[in-house]
Parts: sequence; C-alpha cells; structure tokens
Amino acid sequence: MTVKELATKLDLHFLCGEEQADRPVTGCYCGDLLSWVMSRAKEGDAWLTVMGNINSVGVAVLADIACIVLTENAPFDLPALERARQNRVVVLQAQKNTYEIAAAIANLFG
Amino acid sequence: MKLFYDFHLHSCLSPCGDNEMTPYNLVNMAKLGGLDTIALTDHNTCLNCPAALKVGKKAGITVVPGMELCTSEEVHMICLLPDLERALDFSAYVAERMPAIKNRPDIFGDQFIMDAQDRVTGHHEQLLMAASSISISHVVKTLASFGGVCYPAHIDRPSYSVLSNLGSITPEMGFGAVELTAAADLADLFKQHPILEAMFIVKGSDAHRLMDIGDARHTIDLKKNDAESVVDFFNKLLGENPQS
Repeated sequence: MTVKELATKLDLHFLCGEEQADRPVTGCYCGDLLSWVMSRAKEGDAWLTVMGNINSVGVAVLADIACIVLTENAPFDLPALERARQNRVVVLQAQKNTYEIAAAIANLFG
Repeated sequence: MKLFYDFHLHSCLSPCGDNEMTPYNLVNMAKLGGLDTIALTDHNTCLNCPAALKVGKKAGITVVPGMELCTSEEVHMICLLPDLERALDFSAYVAERMPAIKNRPDIFGDQFIMDAQDRVTGHHEQLLMAASSISISHVVKTLASFGGVCYPAHIDRPSYSVLSNLGSITPEMGFGAVELTAAADLADLFKQHPILEAMFIVKGSDAHRLMDIGDARHTIDLKKNDAESVVDFFNKLLGENPQS
C-alpha cells in the first residue's frame, strides 16, 4: 500500500509531499515523545502523532518513515512545513484520533 | 546589588543555535547589550562553557556555566552550576544518559565545540537534540548533587515545557522558580496555575541568534556578581518553599 492509497482510504489530507506519495507504507508507529520515536520507529512506517514542530521533521528523516500523520488535526507550524518541503517529507492530517487511525491501518494490513 | 541577567542562551554547539553564536560573539554581544550576568545553556551539554567563561572573564561579565537539560518527559530545564569543574562533571553525567544517536548536521544543524578565540576544536558527535533518561521527578536532586540548581524553561511554550507535556507543576517537583518567555500572559498563568504565585519568575531570551539575546531589562538581586551567588540565589528559593 502506498502513502497515496493510505491517504485515500483513511480520508487523510496532504499538507505537503504529495509528489512523494508513491512510497510504500510498510508499518505503523504511534508516539509523541520525539526521542522515543527517533530510536523506535521503523523505516517505511506511517508515524501517527500530534507533535507538529520542526523537530518532528528531523525525526521523520532520521527514522526514514514513509509519512507523518497528524491526528486530530494537530497543527503543523510554518517552520516545520518549510523544513518538510526541503526534506521531501510527506505530511498528512487526519480528523480522527491516533487510536482510530491506527486501528484503521491495522485493518488495512489485515 | 541589582544585576541585569539573561540565563537562557544557546551557542553554536546547540544544533539549532546559529553558527554565529560563537562563545566570543555571544558573550560580547550580551556585554554590549548591558547585561551583567548571563548563563550559557546549550542543549544537554556544557562543552562550550570553558570558552564562554574565559571570554566572560576578559570582557568583565559573569558567565554562569549552564545547560538546558531535556528530561525523559521531554521537558526542558534550565540548569545552573556554580563553577566550570562541576558543570563539566554534570555534562559528562548527562552524556552517559543520552541516546546513542549520531547527529545529522544536514537535518538538525552543526554542533561546534569552540575555544575562546572561536576556533572549532571539535564536533559533538552525539545528537544533542534528544531527551536524556533523567526524569523530572529526580532532576532537582540530581542538580543538587553537582552543587547546582534547576528550574523549568519557557513553561508557557506549547512544546518541550512542563505545562505542555505534563499539564501542571506539582509541589513534589520541588521547583522554586520558573522561566517564562517574553510573550507570557502572567495573569492568565497565575489563574490557571496558582502554585506559580509563590515562585520566582525568570525571564529568559532563549536566544539562538545574536539578535535575540536579551537586553538589559530584567534584574536579579545578588550579593555578588558571580556564578556561585546566582546558584545561591536559586537555592534559597528552594529552601523557602516548605513543600519541596
């Protein structure tokens, strides 16, 4: 499943990186403590979080995740958006909360 | 004596610190701005303090060796140490409690270690933009064991602050002071968190660029203008708080 397919199926809204949306999503990680995520999220994961600051982008690049999903429409500030564009990080927003999105992803992976 | 202070400054060793924030530049800029006493508080390290203290001595401004520690809860704490030796011991203690992740300067920024002439003497390899394994519930005691003090940084900010990450300040945390940003709404904070009324309010610039260093506006009343007196001042606040 690609990021684009994930976005369509779960009604996620692109904040940036739509042109990178062909990348496959191979797993999912949920967490808001950046240091925790940094050393635990896996390459290709969809990362569900409410943490939308510039350091979130750094963590996404470092862990090489497939996309950031900001749940509950958590805000993504402007410096973060600029950094995400520079580093070609895909950022999506979801209206639902982390539990609901994670459960839906688990369903899709079957 | 009333002294103009800014106890929250980053050098080029902090990955997010501007590369022009060299020890020489930042100390002399603070001096030019009319500050009497400053602290260098890089993220999770004191390794640019030897240079900054040297520059400060020459420029005639007190530089308190310090650190902005990231607790395991990702709460930032301003830590102030009485002298360089204990600051470096504390820095080594923190380094052992940081995750073994290498910095990627292309993502997070450079981490330059410098001497008093602004010559690069090393690059800090371990990523400083991460959380230590030191919990907020132990941080006051940990600092005390190094002769230092600490208080939560920019508590009114939406990230990396005790209020954003933990929701409230409890007496058990044992704080006698808190730092607020220049934009903080004091009346609103007091209303929401009455515990703050008994605390000393520190205003820190959190400068990452030379132009953001605090101007001579906020004062602190010290016996002497030196690092030990600064640490003493904050220590006495702990003593006055019966709940800590």
